[in-house]
Amino acid sequence: MEESASFDGHTIDYIQRASATGLYEIRGMGAKRALPHFDDLLLLGASLSRYPLEGYREKCATRTVLGSRYASKPLELDIPITIAGMSFGALSANVKESLGRAASAVGTSTTTGDGGMTDEERRSSKHLVYQCLPSRYGFNPDDLRRADAIEVVIGQGAKPGGGGMLLGQKVNPRVAKMRTLPEGVDQRSASRHPDWTGPDDLAIKIRELREITDWQKPIYVKVGATRVFHDVKLAVHSGADVVVVDGMQGGTAATQLAFIEHVGIPTLAAVRQAADALEDLNMTGVVQLIVSGGIRSGADAAKALALGADAVSIGQGILVSLGCNSSSYMHRGQHIDVTAEYAALGTRPGMCHHCHTGRCPVGVTTQDAILEQRLEVETGAHRVRNYLKTLTMELTMLARACGKQDVHHLEREDLVALTVESAAMAGVPLAGTHWIPGRDNQPA
Amino acid sequence: MSTLQMDFDLGPEGGLRALNSWLHGNTSLAPLPKVRVLNPDGAHAIACGADAPFEIDVMGHAGYYVAGMNKHAKVTVHGNASTGAAENMMSGEVRIKGFASTSAGASAHGGCLIVEGDASLRCGISLKGGDIVVGGNVGSFSAFMAQAGRLVICGDAGEALGDSLYEAVIYVRGKVASLGADARFEDMTPADLAGLQALLTLAGFPHDPAEFRKVASARSLYHWNADANQEY
Repeated sequence: MEESASFDGHTIDYIQRASATGLYEIRGMGAKRALPHFDDLLLLGASLSRYPLEGYREKCATRTVLGSRYASKPLELDIPITIAGMSFGALSANVKESLGRAASAVGTSTTTGDGGMTDEERRSSKHLVYQCLPSRYGFNPDDLRRADAIEVVIGQGAKPGGGGMLLGQKVNPRVAKMRTLPEGVDQRSASRHPDWTGPDDLAIKIRELREITDWQKPIYVKVGATRVFHDVKLAVHSGADVVVVDGMQGGTAATQLAFIEHVGIPTLAAVRQAADALEDLNMTGVVQLIVSGGIRSGADAAKALALGADAVSIGQGILVSLGCNSSSYMHRGQHIDVTAEYAALGTRPGMCHHCHTGRCPVGVTTQDAILEQRLEVETGAHRVRNYLKTLTMELTMLARACGKQDVHHLEREDLVALTVESAAMAGVPLAGTHWIPGRDNQPA
Repeated sequence: MSTLQMDFDLGPEGGLRALNSWLHGNTSLAPLPKVRVLNPDGAHAIACGADAPFEIDVMGHAGYYVAGMNKHAKVTVHGNASTGAAENMMSGEVRIKGFASTSAGASAHGGCLIVEGDASLRCGISLKGGDIVVGGNVGSFSAFMAQAGRLVICGDAGEALGDSLYEAVIYVRGKVASLGADARFEDMTPADLAGLQALLTLAGFPHDPAEFRKVASARSLYHWNADANQEY
């Protein structure tokens, strides 16, 4: 017996499913295919040619200022690790509140999503970024004014060029009211903004948002990673204070499988192109760069910062810290096993990407009144706070090892690559060589 | 300049910022002065983010996003308006005495936008509860993905009118080049006729509501259905 490389079991399942349903597959989370990623880079710790800081004693600063270009009130965060935009609708109100509490506890920001701002989220978040999306669901001037920053979303890494999606089972009465939609409708968001087209218009749109908020709020522009070098330049020309680049490993609550796995470029390649664009415009340090899409650990954050990011943003990692893909949830201090509920969805813990169904066994990506109670606000906030603290400790530990008193001092020279592909994408030498593929730097 | 009328000249540099800053900082004055905007000359973001029942007269042509995100204010543009007039309006009334460019009233949640002339492409796109009354014609893809609210077209409509409508309703008096996906003509009910009459009266247009046809969603795109041959 021999399995075909072209028509393997996975491919046969795909074709047979398409034939049975006549519809493409929709799922949540991000790309599952193997991609060049931050794991393919290594940091060069100090030795004789570099001098390390004492790991447990000497300070390593993490303070991060975002939006200093034009905003009179830039965001001043304690750490360069932020929580990415995830909608109320995709996530429950409990989860949104947990994220706000956790972010506030560690001095960072959280972000709304394609569904507007909830009061719980605003109350619990010291720093809240308010997204302006093509759908404009729930978008209003009162929330704009009570936000701490505004993020104009052009696209996201999981589906650059595509609009949001929320299937009917998650459009409950509250979600429907916030989005001005009929209850239970399979909601498909627009992929283009309704009142502007192209970078020249975007510049005028950003100016309007600044006028409405009296030039106080930082304005971010978020792009899904595709033609990153050009998109970042256009975002800067349009007047962004901060550019957010979301690589293709970035997650989503629901979109077409073909989109998730086949559109966009990896975060590793995106961060370097974005940093190069800012350098080309002499805007490094003037316009801040946030990178997202598959950031999981303090090591990922350190490598992203070394490549030129000012901060990173995390979505899926945050959901996992809340219990996503866990075999149980916590109730009154007890683990309640939900393996059978994963099985009912046709999956199992560690493999689940069924956010789109609204039947999240651990109560994270649901609007079901019973399921959402499985994630208690206190428990969720505690877990996310722990996760963010751990990442920050890892980040500063690695920065100290590289001899940096500030995590923002990490630089490309601190990195090497394990593979030719990652060396070319990140623009750092292949480990043990001086060779950066695609760049004319081979020593004689 | 009397205390009951404030004039803002957009000619000098900083005029727009002075106007919007004053509007945002003086919402609790009693009585609210009338506001005149002089020499607008197509400036963008005129009177955006107003949050009180000001009466604002823009004495000429306006650029993008005039009266954007308006709440409560009554804004009259004595000229034409560029892209996104009264976009995301929450309440109040915005009247364009001339023509309006693309995306007039986009995503408006409330209030009423009146365009005495024609409105261009995508008028009322993503509408979320506001009313729009256009004295002339509208361009293609008007009311695209409109979720709630009413669009009244006293003239003709371009291609793909009401494409992917949700619960918004369109009343059109003239010819329709084509309907968009999932949009269909429906019979006018007494409630439609009464509501339309009220909007026409508010706008000051003398048409008989009986001359209008109603366009609404067939709701066939509300749920995934492979057998319906839908374009997803």
